[in-house]
Amino acid sequence: MASNKKYWKSVEELDENSSIVDTLRKNEFVEEIPTDEFLGDKESLENSSTTRRDFLKYVGFSTAAASLAACEGPVIKSIPYVVKPDGIIPGVADFYATTMVDGFDFANVLVKVREGRPIKIEPNKEAHGTTNARVQASVLSLYDSLRLQGPSLKGESISWADANSQIANKLEQVNAAGKTIAFLTSTDASPLTTDLISQLGGAYTDVRHVIYDSVSESAAIDAFEVMYGSRALPSYDFSKANAIVSIGADFLGDWQGGGFDAGYAKGRVPDHGKMSHHTHFEANMSLTGANADIRVKAKPSAQKTLLADLYNAIVNGASAKDANVAKAVKQLKSAGSNAVVVTGIQDKNAQLLALAINKTIGSEVINTSITNNKRQGNDSAVAQLISDMKSGTIGALIINNSNPVYTLASSSEFVEGLGKVDVSVAFSMTNNETVEAVQYALATPHYLESWGLVEMKKGQFSLMQPTIKPLFDTKQFQDCLLQWNGKSETYNDYIKNSFAGMGASKSWSQSLHDGNFIASSSALESSSEGSIDMSAAYSSLSSTKGSELELQLYTKIGLGDGQQANNPWLQELPDPITRTTWDNYVTVSKVDADRLGIKNWNVADGGLNGSIVELTVNGIPVTVPALIQPGQAAGSIGLALGYGRKVGLKPEMQTGKNAYHFYKDFNSSQSDVSINVVAGTHEFACIQLHNTLMGRGDIIKETNLSTYNDHSLDPKHSWNPVPMVSLRHQEVEATSVDLWDEFDSSIGHHFNLSIDLNSCTGCGACVIACQSENNVPVVGKEEMRKSRDMHWLRIDRYYSHEESFSGDDTFKEEAASGYISTMSALEDPSENPQVAFQPVMCQHCNHAPCETVCPVAATSHGRQGQNQMAYNRCVGTRYCANNCPYKVRRFNWFNYAQNDEFDFNMNDDLGRMVLNPDVTVRSRGVMEKCSMCIQKTQASILQAKREGRSVTDDEFETACSSACGTGALVFGDINDKESEITAMVEDTRSYHLLEHVGTRPNVVYQVKVRNTEV
Amino acid sequence: MKSVKYRSLISKLAISSLAFLFFFTLNLSAQGDAANGKKLFNANCAACHKLDKKLIGPGLIESVGKRSNEWLKAWIKDNAAFQKVDADAKEAAEYSPTAMTAFPQLSDQDIDDIIAYVKKPKEVPTAGVSGGAVAIQSSQADNTLVYILGAIMLVMLLMLFNLYRTVNELKGNAPKRLSLSEQADGVWEAFKGNKFLHFLLVIFFLLSTAFFGFGWLSTVGVDKGYQPIQPIEFSHKIHAGDNKIDCQYCHSSAKHSKMSGIPSGNVCMNCHKSIAEVADNTVLGEKGKEYLDKEIQKLYKAVGWDSENLQYTGETMPIEWIRIHNLPDFAYFNHSQHVTVAGIKCQKCHGPVEEMDEVYQYSPLTMEWCIDCHRETEVDMTENGYYKKIHEQLAKKFGVEKVTEAQMGGMECGKCHY
Repeated sequence: MASNKKYWKSVEELDENSSIVDTLRKNEFVEEIPTDEFLGDKESLENSSTTRRDFLKYVGFSTAAASLAACEGPVIKSIPYVVKPDGIIPGVADFYATTMVDGFDFANVLVKVREGRPIKIEPNKEAHGTTNARVQASVLSLYDSLRLQGPSLKGESISWADANSQIANKLEQVNAAGKTIAFLTSTDASPLTTDLISQLGGAYTDVRHVIYDSVSESAAIDAFEVMYGSRALPSYDFSKANAIVSIGADFLGDWQGGGFDAGYAKGRVPDHGKMSHHTHFEANMSLTGANADIRVKAKPSAQKTLLADLYNAIVNGASAKDANVAKAVKQLKSAGSNAVVVTGIQDKNAQLLALAINKTIGSEVINTSITNNKRQGNDSAVAQLISDMKSGTIGALIINNSNPVYTLASSSEFVEGLGKVDVSVAFSMTNNETVEAVQYALATPHYLESWGLVEMKKGQFSLMQPTIKPLFDTKQFQDCLLQWNGKSETYNDYIKNSFAGMGASKSWSQSLHDGNFIASSSALESSSEGSIDMSAAYSSLSSTKGSELELQLYTKIGLGDGQQANNPWLQELPDPITRTTWDNYVTVSKVDADRLGIKNWNVADGGLNGSIVELTVNGIPVTVPALIQPGQAAGSIGLALGYGRKVGLKPEMQTGKNAYHFYKDFNSSQSDVSINVVAGTHEFACIQLHNTLMGRGDIIKETNLSTYNDHSLDPKHSWNPVPMVSLRHQEVEATSVDLWDEFDSSIGHHFNLSIDLNSCTGCGACVIACQSENNVPVVGKEEMRKSRDMHWLRIDRYYSHEESFSGDDTFKEEAASGYISTMSALEDPSENPQVAFQPVMCQHCNHAPCETVCPVAATSHGRQGQNQMAYNRCVGTRYCANNCPYKVRRFNWFNYAQNDEFDFNMNDDLGRMVLNPDVTVRSRGVMEKCSMCIQKTQASILQAKREGRSVTDDEFETACSSACGTGALVFGDINDKESEITAMVEDTRSYHLLEHVGTRPNVVYQVKVRNTEV
Repeated sequence: MKSVKYRSLISKLAISSLAFLFFFTLNLSAQGDAANGKKLFNANCAACHKLDKKLIGPGLIESVGKRSNEWLKAWIKDNAAFQKVDADAKEAAEYSPTAMTAFPQLSDQDIDDIIAYVKKPKEVPTAGVSGGAVAIQSSQADNTLVYILGAIMLVMLLMLFNLYRTVNELKGNAPKRLSLSEQADGVWEAFKGNKFLHFLLVIFFLLSTAFFGFGWLSTVGVDKGYQPIQPIEFSHKIHAGDNKIDCQYCHSSAKHSKMSGIPSGNVCMNCHKSIAEVADNTVLGEKGKEYLDKEIQKLYKAVGWDSENLQYTGETMPIEWIRIHNLPDFAYFNHSQHVTVAGIKCQKCHGPVEEMDEVYQYSPLTMEWCIDCHRETEVDMTENGYYKKIHEQLAKKFGVEKVTEAQMGGMECGKCHY
């Protein structure tokens, strides 16, 4: 029966007499569409000689002509060498050992060179080298098109010969006038540079050498000098530590030059039932604090009193006032000499107390005879230099690899003093603020184009050698010093000659090949003589008064001190803690945020927005965005140094605000701080929208040491349970159920990657290594905000809702309220949360959900275990990304190479030189993801085939596993039963991510064991 | 049909004619056997001396004209010792900073032979070349004759058929023939009425368009037969064919690298330092010696070789060759895998390069072509230590002796696309 219902489109239709009803019957719209107005001026349109038909003819003709022309392929030229260098075989990579030194980072590295172009930095493992994200990214800074390209005088370029002779003449004049010739250099840890400068003292009467670190460790050096008699830093071997107490020392970051993570991680893996215990007191949530077993929030002033309390308890045997300190004391005492106390408080008294505590407990972790040379700056000498400059007694100032105009808090005074100096010279690789302020700007080569000899630790020398012909008209600082010293030899010869007299452990060629050698050092011996008034230090510290709001300045994993600010890889590297890119910001605690009215919220497209605040420190106001940071000590705020540079940076890289303005007296904590919210909203580019684990303990499996050590427990049914699924109404282990047929991977290689959540510190070196190896594009801040990041490897960071993750599980199970309210409560992180890091890349599932949904079979499974992605086959449906439970597939929304919209390294002839020629540069509209570095495994296999042998275990590497300094990432062939990876896969700690889904991944994780009490 | 073959032909002729001459003029033989002399010259002297031009040492015609035979013998056998006793020899030694190698192994007769060869007037090749040319022409004529004969046969057959039909018609046996237009009208009427035929035709038309269209589209970007004109008229036939230079002498990185490598200028100069011109009678297409000698000069210009003073000037200009074999960026190919590991001959993919004057792309270089080979080719598991373990595992598991590249995983996308 037909329906009698009548439907109306509008109320007008009810009225039969309405004119609108009639109009609507004839026309689509009631009102006439103003087409002519829309098309512009009606008259001129009518008078136009091009009719519609003509227009279509032209379009048709030009399309046909263009497509016909496109049928002819381009003529490609191949240009061979005229004389091929002996060592180079086109298509085969060479590796050179060299040393990365930029005054902030120091590392023994191996450089992969293809046809004369360095394309990748690897750690030089034979020389115990480790790399952080900045060292990995430094290869791109070589190809920075905004580098200084030649010498110049007041902005006009001149020749090196002219520059050198003019400067030499002026130095003579300055000397004749009885003024001082001052050198201001960053720490380069090279005894030869120091020698060359002091040799100038022969020709000139008053030569002064001031070493200046942009981020200073001068307080620690001063304290060491008081106690041990030489200006140096002690070295630490955290692998020997059973108990570590850190008060504000971010030693997994850049504390005292960094490089402690490998030793630290060694002690963090439960070996024979033992692992180190780490207590951490800090204001900002740092990488180190996030890895600690016990993290205590303490604002900078509180840190001082806590240290005094600790000192009093250990050295004077008093009982600790603070409960957390008492626990730390207990840990230290039980560890005996395998304990260490470190502090990052920029105060000589604090550093003295820490040294005294270590001396009292007889710490074997600290080594005061093999000193650490990575920071040598002297704050008081810098301050003296500036005041002498202002008083006019400095005749010449020669700056090397330092940017004081940007990094000094007293920058304006420095610039004022610079005006009174007769000759000012800056040797610099980058174009920066100081280069603009001086008379002579002299371009120096990148470390990959330079010779050098570095003594990172006393007696442990490293060699630096060029791996590419200098790209620009550059000269090394030391070459010029030699010239001014009246010597004709090059710096290369000078190094060789000096080497001959050093009594090295190896020959020159062998040392150059290995990148390092051992020799006796010319540095001063440290002695433990002298009486020190420790009680004064103690009382000054214990009587510290805090202020209501204190600022703790810090350096980020990405930008560090800011010299590599024009490096888009580092700008786009998500901060391991906040997961925010392309920015610096004030981190505030939830308590303070609520008090001050600071808000963070996610908008509809997922982007994070935040309030903007006016931050006034020592009377200097700056407006910065504010980010609410779980774990931030109430009454303290954090701000990263290294941002806000403008000179020598592409517009996209000019991000953040300069925090060096607040770095008064080289003190990273400042107490004269006020903050108030101003109008406006800041758009962050934060790529992790969800911060808590929501009690999903199967994603990051955790246990504590005592449970792990309890051998009466079966791990599979206690702390590392296999998820259960229902099969024919019976609960069975998920791993026993399979929808698909098993792949047979028993013959040949079967690659697996193991990720140890215990030794992963979250440092992000692997992210940059992967980006560098696999030509991963940079997408820029706007795209990052839209979560269109292209990193093949991400490091998820989770906070707990309760004090610990196990507390979350209990909270979820015992929730009294309803499910929704429980879950929404779990979304908020705790005031002082536990933190977990989890690197996630393509899991290379043996039963991959992405493979089954691809309509064009662009992604398929290889028998070596790799899930393969054929870019040229992909049509961009993105079904695979939607079906991936791990969300590791990345879609090319745009052409990121040679596109002016993305003006990063791939849009730059020089920047493209860093691309790996063995990996395709992906085009718009295709999906991409981690390939498990198939180009590297294939290369290793081919090498073995050519040599007619089987592949050894250590030959298989991925970019991430090779870059990982802590050994958290282990890659290998599980068909080789002797291999390290086989042992890892069969370990009781191993589990797969989202095992209940049944994807059978080839990436395994190791359960995180925390050294906490139950 | 290049230099060396001719030369051998010429030399054979020369040798036989000379032998003939010697047979009748024994009294002349005391002066030396020029044929043996040539052999000795090529083996011992040619690296540093030419006959009429200076190379590292002076042109020999000039030297032999200047010096007596006895002087030459003493010089050749041990010039260092001879310099001490002879003033002329001392002066001669100043010709070049490089001292001449001593040849104590040459007997007086050998040196006489060499001198005889040097003094002998250059032969003008006549009979041999024209003979060769005639041979080529006659072989071409043979083919033409076959075609002509075939054509005549065809015409004869057609005539026979026509005659047979006419005879039949005259006999009155044949059915009545409709006029041509009548026939056509009938067919057209039938066609117009047959809807099914229309349908079939349309289907046929569409299918064939699709078939040929697809076939044509698949050829887009396939450059089989691509033969660009190179900046230097370099003949692989002369080098790899006639002179039998190994492919990997010049393309040396094929063993080690993913690229076979275009030889750098200094590799060319290993030989061309002493080969400044092509052999007489070398012909490349329509271009003769005069043209080809200029091509060698192009090489000298590129590497900066001053062929007059025999030294490098340092002014170089790389040669911009036109690339023939070009895989797209997304396809990874490694020469060393195929050349060193699999031991495949270069010709398998590049075709008979030793017969090509101007190289062209022999294979289509399509993925189908790659895969076809991977499907069929069996991996040799016996020699290579890498495959030993895999072979044992395979043999144990499947009881197979041989596996193809495809079974080894050589058809997986990710092996070539990453």
